[in-house]
Amino acid sequence: MKNLNTSAVNTWCPGCGNFGIEVGLKAVLSEMAEQGELDLDKVVLATGIGCHGKIADYVNVNSFYSLHGRAVPAAVGIKMANPDLTVIVCVGDGDVLGEGLDHLVFAAKRNSNIKVLVHENRIYALTTGQYSPTSPKGFRGRSTPTGSLEQPLNPIELMLASGASFVARTYSGRLAHQKKMMQEAIKHNGFAFLDILQPCFVYYNTYPLYNQNVYELGPEHDPADSQQALKLAKEWSYQDSGKIPVGIFYQKK
Amino acid sequence: MKEFSFLMGGKAGDGVKVAGAILAHVLNELGYWIFVYEDYPSLITGGHNFSIIRASSKKILCHRDKIDVAIALSKDTPEHHPKRLKKETIWIYDADVLEKEKGLGIAMSKIVKENGLPQIARNVLSVAALAGICGMDFALIEKAIKENVPQKIEANLKIAKIGHEAGKNSPLKMKVNKLKDSARPLLSGNEAICLGAAAAGLDFYIAYPMTPSTGLLHFFAAKGGELGVTAVHPENEIGVITMAEGAAFAGKRTMVGTAGGGFALMVEALSLAGQAEIPVAIVVGQRPAPATGVPTYTAQGDLHFILAAGHGEFPKLVVAPGDADEAFYLTAKALNLAWQYQIPAIILSDKHLSESIFNASFDKAKIKKEKPKLWTGKGDYKRYLQTADGISPLAFPGQKGAVVKATGYEHDEFGLTIEREEMVVRVVEKRLRKKEALRKEIQKMETFKIYGNKKSQTLVVVWGSNKGAVLEAADRLGLKVIQPLFLEPFIDTKFKREAAKAKKIIVVETNATGQLAELLANHGIIANKKILKYDGRPFTVDELEEKIKKILK
Repeated sequence: MKNLNTSAVNTWCPGCGNFGIEVGLKAVLSEMAEQGELDLDKVVLATGIGCHGKIADYVNVNSFYSLHGRAVPAAVGIKMANPDLTVIVCVGDGDVLGEGLDHLVFAAKRNSNIKVLVHENRIYALTTGQYSPTSPKGFRGRSTPTGSLEQPLNPIELMLASGASFVARTYSGRLAHQKKMMQEAIKHNGFAFLDILQPCFVYYNTYPLYNQNVYELGPEHDPADSQQALKLAKEWSYQDSGKIPVGIFYQKK
Repeated sequence: MKEFSFLMGGKAGDGVKVAGAILAHVLNELGYWIFVYEDYPSLITGGHNFSIIRASSKKILCHRDKIDVAIALSKDTPEHHPKRLKKETIWIYDADVLEKEKGLGIAMSKIVKENGLPQIARNVLSVAALAGICGMDFALIEKAIKENVPQKIEANLKIAKIGHEAGKNSPLKMKVNKLKDSARPLLSGNEAICLGAAAAGLDFYIAYPMTPSTGLLHFFAAKGGELGVTAVHPENEIGVITMAEGAAFAGKRTMVGTAGGGFALMVEALSLAGQAEIPVAIVVGQRPAPATGVPTYTAQGDLHFILAAGHGEFPKLVVAPGDADEAFYLTAKALNLAWQYQIPAIILSDKHLSESIFNASFDKAKIKKEKPKLWTGKGDYKRYLQTADGISPLAFPGQKGAVVKATGYEHDEFGLTIEREEMVVRVVEKRLRKKEALRKEIQKMETFKIYGNKKSQTLVVVWGSNKGAVLEAADRLGLKVIQPLFLEPFIDTKFKREAAKAKKIIVVETNATGQLAELLANHGIIANKKILKYDGRPFTVDELEEKIKKILK
């Protein structure tokens, strides 16, 4: 098995949900490489800027550590230039739903064959704790001390409306489920969007919320059914309560 | 010197530009040197569009004030051009839309309607009438129509015949004889830029439409297949440049094109190209700003912005072509240098260069795709290997055994983020060495051109599209001209030597503050006079000659 570690010192906070994503991604890449499902030389990781972006330094594969919000178009360019590459895009919620939302919508619209993994911590963490596009209404961040007045964006709904051909959600605290979702996203032939719920232990500790409310979609949900997918997407609207389905909401095959 | 100037005027949608192109082709076939100026407001139908087609027995790169034959397809065309008329100017007009005392009036609207053609076909009819007045053979018109009119060729030829006869039978005459020269390539500045980039191995042209650079996107979309270039039109300019950088990281040569406003959106990623050392060519066609400004007209107001663009300090290249030949060679050079030095390279144009039509004589065989420094495949790959000239060998993702890590963070040789002070200094200095290496390379090239009367003690400094008008005016007045081709790095040594020989230095620019003059001043070269124009219109040679004369008095 190829060593996917680098010499970089990890600077995420103790308890950070990003560790789960890093461990999960490395495991998925190694296993898929071992099974001949991908060639590690041909994997490219594109990242934005934020806590999530550090993963570019921590995984020993080709990487493009882009600007805040611009990982997606860079990834689209990489895939366009060399379609043999497997292009995985690690982005943050502020990064891809705030700063670079336009690119995300268009990458979904054109079904660009890239795999977007959102490190969904629902907070601006690296800038020390401001509300993000997916923070719940009333969230008290350092730019919204009296509580955010805005409704959170629902990225699942947004991606379904944008024509994404693979839309899924997982939770970094459920490693087995996360692994399966990552594999499915990578194997999907087309644009894949995977929202990974990832607690920020320092600024927005959502471990209790997710541990209590996350449930995995069962076989009763047919991912080919876009109407059902939309209904399911609305079950949880990124507030701070309610049952949270995880799994593949929609996949066009 | 034998020369003629023609004006085609009408509303947007009247096919003025195509008529101008047909006429230019015919005159080109007759052996004349051609220059075409296009003038149009920012609208789709209505308004007033015009083209000035100038033909000369000597090489020309600009248009003149006065018109010999003018075509009016709209009622208000004559009202727009009182200053361009001479006593003997011949008018050809659509008698169905306007009345004139003199000239050749033809019931163009009626004739095209009777022949089942849309009103736009009047453009063909009117050019044919002009050809008749000028004694040109119908065969020439026929050929030009076949090359330039997209459909209903037979019907168009029929109305052209009617127009040609009307011209031939008119008492108005202005003989345009055939010269012994044969036809030369005729193309716009934008087309020359495209061909230059393609010659240097361009793979992708990525752009969001914006005047005056939209023509690049259209050209590659239509003809990219033959040239091996794929045209891509993403969501916005930020998407454009980051996509281009992603593709370049993956090993493909990319170019983007825009105007000042679109470039403003690209600037953060320009800095990323500097930090991550990603080659990318950027065409900026200037137009009058700030903001949306006067979008379909010309200006040189973005020079300071371009030179200073990008947060932080990193090497970049800025070239400023002044005609179609220079557009070809300098674009090719810029794309090659971008790859050899792993830097962003900017081709600075403006509407007047991008959209005007020139005779070109560049030689594609003189350009090849220059090979960048590549990884040998031995040992661990280090994307940012420290080297004497600051240039690290390139490898691309997918290459066996290489982990290629590009990044916008300050980084170690592998491309991993660093923050320690001595490590930061090492990378900053690596970029400085690269800048120095680039400067040395540019120094070996033709960094500026000298024209005109070498003995003159008056030196006229010009950059970009004003070259044409300045050369001709200086020729008339016996002056010396200097034109910098590289604005960054700006090599001042030889330039200073030329400046020192002059008693008077005049800088000509189409902006309001004299931005090149200021750049020169920063290098200790002080202009005595600035001739500035900032109405969105380029200089004509006559206008410039008058302005220079006033200064010399």
